[in-house]
Amino acid sequence: MKEITSSMAGTVLNVLVEAGQEVNAGQEVLMLESMKMEIPVESEAAGKVAEVKVSIGDFVNEGDVLIVFE
Amino acid sequence: MRKILIANRGEIALRIIKTCREMEIETVAIYSDADKDLPFVKEATYAFRIGEPPVNKSYLKTEAILEIAKRENVDGIHPGYGFLSENAVFARSVINAGIAFIGPDPETIELMGDKIVSRNTMKEAGVPVVPGSGEGTSTLEEACRLADSMGYPVMLKASGGGGGIGMVRCENEQALAKSFDSTKARAKAYFGSDEVFIEKYIENARHVEIQVFGDHHGNIVHLFERDCSIQRRHQKVVEESPSPFLSEQTKQKMYETALTAAKAVNYKNAGTIEFIVDEQENFYFLEMNTRLQVEHPVTEQVTGLDLVEWQLLAARGEKLPLQQNSIKQAGHSIEFRLYAEDPVSFMPSPGKLSKFEWKDTPGIRVDYGYASNTAVSPFYDPMIAKCIIYGQSRDEAIENALQFFEGLGIEGIKTNAPLFKEILKDEDFRKGNYSTSFLAKKAFAVN
Repeated sequence: MKEITSSMAGTVLNVLVEAGQEVNAGQEVLMLESMKMEIPVESEAAGKVAEVKVSIGDFVNEGDVLIVFE
Repeated sequence: MRKILIANRGEIALRIIKTCREMEIETVAIYSDADKDLPFVKEATYAFRIGEPPVNKSYLKTEAILEIAKRENVDGIHPGYGFLSENAVFARSVINAGIAFIGPDPETIELMGDKIVSRNTMKEAGVPVVPGSGEGTSTLEEACRLADSMGYPVMLKASGGGGGIGMVRCENEQALAKSFDSTKARAKAYFGSDEVFIEKYIENARHVEIQVFGDHHGNIVHLFERDCSIQRRHQKVVEESPSPFLSEQTKQKMYETALTAAKAVNYKNAGTIEFIVDEQENFYFLEMNTRLQVEHPVTEQVTGLDLVEWQLLAARGEKLPLQQNSIKQAGHSIEFRLYAEDPVSFMPSPGKLSKFEWKDTPGIRVDYGYASNTAVSPFYDPMIAKCIIYGQSRDEAIENALQFFEGLGIEGIKTNAPLFKEILKDEDFRKGNYSTSFLAKKAFAVN
């Protein structure tokens, strides 16, 4: 796994990880808000976060890169 | 009243425009950048851009909205539902600007907006309320003690909450402990107050509400019930009138109770008293919505009345057009909220609606916010349209609805239309045998 992309358009409500952090498969890494609903974004696999591409309040489109792994 | 501003968007803005047109009232629409191509913007007499798509930069910009209202010399502001409709501060600033607020008094909005205060007000007026603490809970210890005294499962709710947001069902003490802090944090984030309270959870409950209406001359009437038990995430998906489950005796008792509740707060304009009803037909006050409800067309179909017209008449100081004994309920109406979402997971599905077509036949009413080739944006709630279907009987309404959804052409994004076909074919639904847990229990497989 190289990166996590957004599965839908929405606003970033919360970022739960930071660069350098190790994450497990299934761990919640980000919270999006779309159509008045909170959408948790989970990591599909374990890995180390290289860069978080978005900040709280950012608007993302479907397919936008959210998190890049090392 | 010759000209009003509609502080809302989508289907409800368009629905208000339609009645205004019949009453020869000019309309001023406001719209965000995301909504510039939507039907309500094109259909309003005047339309002005209010800001960027996020709600705090557009439809919640009180100052900017009031500025347009004053500049355009409107006589009234209709808030629709959601957004600023239950914001007492907004209602007050509208009135202070010399403009009529098309809704109840700001004091009533304030009183009913706080779940604990409204609950205590109703209890004092003799309206039955769900067994619960009746006061805010600040610590987990206190919450556990209260939950123990009423017995699990319980509902943990935000005092300032509404619309199904900020409430969690807790099966036991562990679950309560797990949800307590997150519910408080969410309440703070969404409603500005972290006050929470506990209520007894009622199993196999129905959600039935009574439409009420008041004028400035002390007249208050009810317009019968709506059964809104088919829900997902505590939000309504299908609503109908009459309720297929309540006995005539219980209905009459609920109408009387709703009138008592409305009179207790000297209610003016359109309002709804929501009740939760258990399997033995005991009913309890849940909350009062001090605005026009999303599902008001169901009431319009069975009474033949136009509730927006009544709102405008009441707001300009006229008496209600009909007295209680002249208001009749005839036939059966069912409303389906067509959402841009996955019909199985209920996850949002924003995007471009490439096709949205249906066959116009008698008894079919579609209140739409979007048309073919417009985009459903991720900034607002996922409702594309409300499909309201009438029949002489409930069976006829169900058959008409099935035909409607068979002929509905909707493409481009995922919608819950396939789910409606499953619901309409379900034996329990057809018998009127359902509670608020219907969708969760059935878990319809939709392809």
